[in-house]
Amino acid sequence: MTTDHAADLGDHAADLDKHVRVYLIVFVALMVLTIVTVAIARVHLPLPIAVSLALLVATIKGSLVACYFMHLVSEKKLILAVLTLTAVFFAVLLALPILTYSDGFGTHP
Amino acid sequence: MDIPYTVEVRRDTGLTNGKIGIWLFLASEVMLFGALFASYILIRTGSPSWPRGDSILNVPLATFNTIVLISSSITMVMAWASLMRRRLGTFRLYMGGTIFLGFVFLTVKYFEYSHKFHDGLFPSSNNFLAIYFTLTGLHMLHVAGGMAVNAYFLGPGSKLYKTNPVWFTNRVENSGLFWHFVDLVWIFLFPTLYLL
Repeated sequence: MTTDHAADLGDHAADLDKHVRVYLIVFVALMVLTIVTVAIARVHLPLPIAVSLALLVATIKGSLVACYFMHLVSEKKLILAVLTLTAVFFAVLLALPILTYSDGFGTHP
Repeated sequence: MDIPYTVEVRRDTGLTNGKIGIWLFLASEVMLFGALFASYILIRTGSPSWPRGDSILNVPLATFNTIVLISSSITMVMAWASLMRRRLGTFRLYMGGTIFLGFVFLTVKYFEYSHKFHDGLFPSSNNFLAIYFTLTGLHMLHVAGGMAVNAYFLGPGSKLYKTNPVWFTNRVENSGLFWHFVDLVWIFLFPTLYLL
């Protein structure tokens, strides 16, 4: 009888202790990056730079949550394949507004 | 009839059915929030002017809520780790902490919303507020849903631990995946709505 992560981690207390240490490091990193996010906003940079930096920090934070709290670093290939497909569709979804403007139709010359 | 592959992994996928199920659900959630983010980009870039979030919204409260939600993610993962160590008492402490932090998050949002309504700022007031209330409102519903599931596992659902601790641990892991996803969405909502 085994479970997905019970099999990966083993039931050894030492393995779990190592993982818990990683969780705590990620937690501290997320806190620091939250302060960085607010600090960037307070500088009042030009909008394109501010947006790029804010999204970069948010992406790093999101990746930390997904990789370590959601265990994606040690997840099976099937899950990664599902998420890759989702990421492609997500990118298309976010590209739609850009395509709307690049067609040159309507009020945009 | 027993539900298959709740504990044993399937040979073809290497996963339990619950794990595949929750990830497929989360994939659909990515598309749901993605559609709203795409709408936000479209409306914002198409608008002749757009207010900075920090000129309308309360950044210190939102920063506090970000810290609260990130803290709830660490308590959630520690709750799962406690079950992996077969420590039900510690699990209850961490899970209780996760639910409490979710409650704190919703309480802060309640005060934020109340303040906006008091100032006559509603979703119908302008496009910025329409996007703000839609995205944060949907996110709040997810927080409330996650709290309800976690409360079930803290209360009546924990009976399963006595008869099948591995299945219970898997259930809590799946609930945790949803909770972390809710945290992840907020990580993007916070800068895009409040700071830019």
